[in-house]
Order: sequence, then structure tokens, then C-alpha cells
Amino acid sequence: MSRSTEKAAVSGTPSGESTPRPVLKIDDLRVTFATDQGDVPAVKDVSFTVAPGEIVAIVGESGSGKTVTAKAILGLLPETAQGSGAVIISGNDVLTVSPQQLRKIRGRDVAMVFQEPSTALNPVYTVGWQIAEGLRAHRPEGKRVGRKEARKLAIEALGKVGIPEPEKRVDYYPHQFSGGQKQRVVIAAALALNPGLIVADEPTTALDVTVQAEILELLRDLRDRYGTSIVLITHNMGVVADLADRVVVMFEGDVVEEASASALFAAPKEAYTQKLLAAVPHLGRDSASAGFTERAFQDKEVLVRATDLEIEYPGRLGSPAFKAVDKVSFTISAGEVFGLVGESGSGKTTIGRAIAGLNRTTGGSLNVLGYEMLNYKERSFRPLRKDIGFVFQDPAASFNPHLTIGECVAEPLLIHTDLNSQAVSKKVADLLESVQLPAAYAKRFPHELSGGQRQRASLARGLALKPKLLIADEPTSALDVSVQAKVLELFREIQNELGFAALFISHDLAVVDILAEWVGVLYKGKMVEQGIGNQIMGNPQDAYTKRLIASLPVPNPEEQAKRRALHQALLGAK
Amino acid sequence: MENKKSLFSRLPVISQLKKSVGLQRGMLVAGIVLTLIFLLTAALAPLIAPYGATQRFDLTQAAPSSAHIWGTTAGGYDVFSRTIWGAQTAFIVIVVAVALSIFIGVILGLVSGYIGGWLDRILVVVADAIYAFPTLLLAMVMSIALSQGRSDMWSGIFAAAISITVVFIPQYFRVIRAETIRLKAEPFVESAIVVGASSVRIMARHIYKNATRTLPLIFTLNASEAILTLAGLGFLGFGIEPSAAAEWGYDLNHAQSDATAGIWWTGVFPGAAIVLTVLGLTLLGESMNDLNDPRLRGRKKAKKNGAQKQEELVEA
Repeated sequence: MSRSTEKAAVSGTPSGESTPRPVLKIDDLRVTFATDQGDVPAVKDVSFTVAPGEIVAIVGESGSGKTVTAKAILGLLPETAQGSGAVIISGNDVLTVSPQQLRKIRGRDVAMVFQEPSTALNPVYTVGWQIAEGLRAHRPEGKRVGRKEARKLAIEALGKVGIPEPEKRVDYYPHQFSGGQKQRVVIAAALALNPGLIVADEPTTALDVTVQAEILELLRDLRDRYGTSIVLITHNMGVVADLADRVVVMFEGDVVEEASASALFAAPKEAYTQKLLAAVPHLGRDSASAGFTERAFQDKEVLVRATDLEIEYPGRLGSPAFKAVDKVSFTISAGEVFGLVGESGSGKTTIGRAIAGLNRTTGGSLNVLGYEMLNYKERSFRPLRKDIGFVFQDPAASFNPHLTIGECVAEPLLIHTDLNSQAVSKKVADLLESVQLPAAYAKRFPHELSGGQRQRASLARGLALKPKLLIADEPTSALDVSVQAKVLELFREIQNELGFAALFISHDLAVVDILAEWVGVLYKGKMVEQGIGNQIMGNPQDAYTKRLIASLPVPNPEEQAKRRALHQALLGAK
Repeated sequence: MENKKSLFSRLPVISQLKKSVGLQRGMLVAGIVLTLIFLLTAALAPLIAPYGATQRFDLTQAAPSSAHIWGTTAGGYDVFSRTIWGAQTAFIVIVVAVALSIFIGVILGLVSGYIGGWLDRILVVVADAIYAFPTLLLAMVMSIALSQGRSDMWSGIFAAAISITVVFIPQYFRVIRAETIRLKAEPFVESAIVVGASSVRIMARHIYKNATRTLPLIFTLNASEAILTLAGLGFLGFGIEPSAAAEWGYDLNHAQSDATAGIWWTGVFPGAAIVLTVLGLTLLGESMNDLNDPRLRGRKKAKKNGAQKQEELVEA
């Protein structure tokens, strides 16, 4: 089904005789922002069209102008932005129409699906009311949309997006839905007036992989059934491979390449696209545990041993405590990279923080470097801290904005050693060099570094005292793919060289597979499966792990189509 | 693209002035001008004022003339000199009051927010209790307890300053405590904990500087409130004695009876001084507050052609 539409769309775009009128036509779009540092061009000269029933993906890394382009389509540019060129939707140029006309176009001709479903819905109104809001705003001249009719239409829209029992759920408030269902509601609201075009800005970025697969399925289904065109903004190549017919690659405000999805993934023309695609981690390629048949480092000293570990967060008055980690047992040996994967709320970060003494354990046993964390005292644990390094998720927030990079990296040295200031600054220069940053960067402030550079500096700080154990909590999830590839490569090199043990926490299976020899899968606080990396990824045993791996979209349309069929079969079998 | 700016242009008020446009710039400039006039008057009072603050003349309630350009009061004080000297008193009281309350408030806020637990609870309850009192009443009680009838200039000023301090400490305490609690959960503080830094080091090196960024704003906003409190105390007769130093609130109080007799000059000038000083400080504080927030800050529209851009570069 999707294959045939794709063909029609591709042949119908550039020079076809009977081209259907495009739903969206963007011509020479330029957007410039006024900032304190003068004018900054965000989008320079972007042109493309979207045919009826076509899914066009705009991909690019942060700062490429993809979101600004999406906002320009709906006329949602902030006051400080100045747009020129033309964005034509059903005969109207969004950039020049009056606010009244623009309001009519929004919702009726084009609708938007936002990244974060929890903030896109108003928590004090029922979802039915919010879906009907669009209907009321667009009532035909002189006719009011009655309460009953609005409700009927809202129920219909909820049914379309696959919310079970829409007659009942229409009166629910947003907090009564899960994240994936909330995104379905947002899509239902966008669909209420049957717009020809939906602009989806990173619609699955805030969702877990298994939920992402469902939302992608829903979007494809909408196109197939109602012929809705979709402009999909994303940085995730797997999502593009799964859904898009045509791809527009953007870099620094320019369109670098435009091609059909199958052509782009098979043979990218531009150097930038090639680099971008090469940087995307691909499950099953470049595995750290390739060829392993038994657990490495088994004979080495055990640094961390968890036995039936339990971690509870106290509940509010009257409600029971929340068990974030439930009877989890594992060991990390010296020199081993332990990969911990799981979706949000699975307890993976809680375990990492507990090992570093940032969370208290409440049951079972957690032994870190010979110290039992159950009777934790900051004072007695502090001497052990020099053997534990920690790399945080957000490199921007994990540095004190008022200290230079050099001062931040030097901090562990100042606390745990009595080197003089000259020796410290020499050591800092060495450390920065080892993470491939120029020594001169020690004098810079964190905001003067890019995300990848900051994360490398963060790694340098984590390794300053040559720790036995490094805990890396989602260290690359805030980075762009090409930067992520570099950081992962560096991590691997340094780990090989220094041979520290590491707990690598991530939601991204492909990333974990690249680094970790031994992988544990967490689901709702329980360790459902652990084993050698390539075996978990290639031949999962647990039902949840199977679903998790099947949900992960791979950056290859042909392969992804096969995987999708498998995934559906798996869900059907359940 | 990003060139290093000179130290001068990064100073608090100057940097905001450079960022501002349109109405926001007008408000900021008005605030700066009024505040500068107030500061200059306070600093140069001995040069500007023709007579001493406590100098009395036999000529009472005299209309403005060449000898007394703003006239004299019922007590025989020269209104012009009193008003000018009053600026100095107000300035000293503000500086002492705000300095004391910042010092104590910041330390208490940091400790309370970072350590938490029962200490935090007690301090918060105490701060709330102080907050619940009517500020002027509290200031009056403090003033009586502190001055105990003594009436020289400095004890009067300190009594007024400390009574204002007591009212303001909870404000600084709350702001710093809230910031500290927020910062405590920031990854960079956690990374300091993980590295093994002691609590004192974390508070002094990591939280202190980040938590005190908003203080210049609270300072300017509170300074105007301090003037009002001081004037209020003086008006009610609990401030500085007229024989010790000039104080606008006291003068205003004694101008009350004059107003009905058609003697306008004893009340208008000290009153205007209070209004203009408070207005200046408030404008300064509010517009700095707006300009520091990128969402509230107005910007010039982006130009389509590059010609104006050149002009801006030259300006910068």
C-alpha cells in the first residue's frame, strides 16, 4: 500500500505532466532572526513542494533550520524573526496573509503535531474539549457547532487515531493518558478538521522506542486511509527510513540534498549526507561483543555487585512508595563495559546514581568497591569517590557556568591530590589533550564550547583521577548523530587504553551495542534479561526485549520494511 | 563573530542600556538619570546645600526667597538644605540596610537551602513569621528597641537601617534559598558531589555565584522600598530626630499642619524628593529586570538589506 503511494508521489513531483496541485509549496524561504549579536540567518533559500498524500521528511542536525522551516509553514515565527520568500498553502501565502486569514488556514488546511505531547495539551480541560476547540474556531458562517455535534466529532477523531473506548475517553483529562496516547490525542486534534497537511515536529522524540513504533504506524495509516500529506521534522534517520517517501536534508539553513527515501539511503550524493548517514549507529554493525561466546573479564576483580537490589522513592502522604528498582542483581568486573538499556522509567538512571551515591538504596545489597551502599554515609564514602568517575547526560548543565573548563576539570585533582597549581594545570592540559581538545580550551567557559566538546571535557573530568569505574548516564543522547559518533569513538579508544570498568546507561540499543560487551535490559525496575551484547541484540529471549529490538527503526528503508512486518507479526502474536 | 566586549560594557547597568530599544530604553534612561541625580545629591550635599541640615533660623514658615530659595519650616529649618541633606541620610540608610540584609540573607539562604532538614524548616518558619508582620509595625518595634531614646545621627541611622534589615532579610533569604534548592538538583552540583567536594566547597564555589545573579535586581527594587520604609518611620516619628539629621519623612509629617494654612513649600519638596527617588530606583530595577529576561526584552526588527547592519556594527 505505502509502496504504491510512494511511487505515485515520486513520479508526480518534478516534471510530471498532470502534476496534482501540491498541498504545500515553499519558494526561496529565508528567515532571519534579530539577536543581541546582530542578525542571524536561520533559513537561507529553502524551496520544496509536498504533493497530496506524500510524506516528506526534513532531516538535519540541531541548528540546521528544520524547526524554523516547520514553524514558517504555520506562520508561527516569533516576533524577532523576519521571513521572506513564499510559503503557499492552498493558494495563500502564509507569510503575507492577514492574521484573520492565517487563523482560518491553521487547523483547516494545515495542522501541527508537537514534540512534547504532555505540554501541548492543556491539563485543565478534557481532551474532548481540546479537540472540539478547533472545530468551534472554524465553524461555518452563521452556524454554531453544537455541544453534541462537537462531542460526536471529537469521539470520531479519537477513534481515528486508535484510542480505545473513545466514547468514554473523550471526557478524560490529559494526565489520565500515557505519553503515547497523549501524542495520539494531539494527532486527533490536528486531524479534527481533516486538514490536507500535517506538520509533525519531532513527533516521536519524546517517546520510548516501543511507543514510537506505534505512533509511526498511526501516521502511516492516516496517510494511507485519508490521503493526508505529512511534513515530518526529525533528526532520527531510523524514523525517516520507516516513514518518509521523500527526504529533504538540511544543513545550516540550506537544503543540501533532496531525494526519494530509497534513493537517499541507497546512494547519498552529497558529502554531508554521506557523512550524516555513516554516523548513524546501526544495530548489529560494529558491535563491541562481535564474536564473543562467553562473558569477558569474568576472572577479573568484581567492582560492583548488586544482589536483589531495591530502590524505593517515598510516596506522597497516603500513597505507597514507588519501587524504581525491584530485585535487580548484576556484577561489573574490572575492565568491563556494562551496558544498561531500558525505556524511560525503567530505573536505569536510578541504578547509576545509586552506585555513585547520589541515591540511597532501600533493600537488597549494593556493593561498590567493597563499600555496602545500604548503610551509606557521605563521610565514609567520600574517599572512594576518587575511584568513581561520572559523565552526565546534559553536557551543558553539568559544568558550572561561572568556572572555566580548566577549573572544572581540575576540581577532582584539587580535592583529592595535593599537587601544586602548576602541576594541576599541566595535568589538565594533558587530560584535555587525551580527549582531543586543545589545551588552550582550559581558559574557555563552558558556553563557549559546542555540545560535543563539552561532553569530551566532561569525560576528561570523569577520568581525571584515573578511576576504576566510570558511570556514563546517557552521555550522547543530547548530542547530534555526527557528534555522537565522534564521542563514542573517543570513549571506546580511551576505554581500551586505560582499561577502566564502565556502566554505560542508554535508551539507544544501537549505541549500547557499539560500546558494551555485556548488556542488561531493564523494564519497569526489573532486569528482564542480561547477556553478551550481540546475543541480546541478535537473539533476544525475553518477550519485552524482543519487542524493544523489533521496535527500533533501522536507517535503511528496505530493511526497515521487513522489520516492520516482523514487528507487526510480533504484536499480532501477543 | 563574537568579539570580546570590554569590561566597561559588561557592567550591570551599562550592558543593559546597550541591549535596550524603544520604550524600554526610555524607561531605563529615566531611571538612570533620576538615580544619578539622587546619588550626586547625596554625595555632594555639603557643596550644594547652603546651610547645615540641623541649622535653625529665627525666620519660621517663610515663603521662598533669595535667602531661603524653598522657604523655611515652622521649626526654622531651611527646606532646600533639609531636602538635599535628606538624600544623604536616605542613601546611607539604604546602603547599610541592604548590605546587612544581603549579607545575612544570602548566608542563611545558602545554608538553609543546601543543608535542608530541620534547620531549613525552622528558618523558613521564622522567615514566614517575620513576613506575616506588617513591615512598618515591625520596623517601628525594632527602631524603638534599638534607639532607646538616643538621638544622635549615627544611632538614628543604624536604628532605621537595622529595622529595615529585619524586614528585608526574609526576602533575600527566600530568593537565595529557592535558587539554592533549584541549583542543588543541577547536574553541575551533582558532578561536584560525585567528585567528592565538601558541602562548604559546593556552597561557596558552585552555588553562591549562580544563586546571586538576581541580587542586583532585588537590590534596586528593595532600595526604593527601603526609602519608603524610612520615610514611613520618619513620618510616624520613629526615625531619625530632626536635630540629628535631615529626614524626608519627618519633614513631611511636620508639613501636614502647614498644608491647610496654605504653606505648600514645606511639604512639596521633601514629598517630591521621595517620589522622584523611589520612581527612579523602581524604573531602574524594573527595566533591568525586563532587559535581563530575553523573553521580555524588545529587539530591533531584523533588516532585510545589509546596509543597516553595517550601521549597527559601527555603533557597536
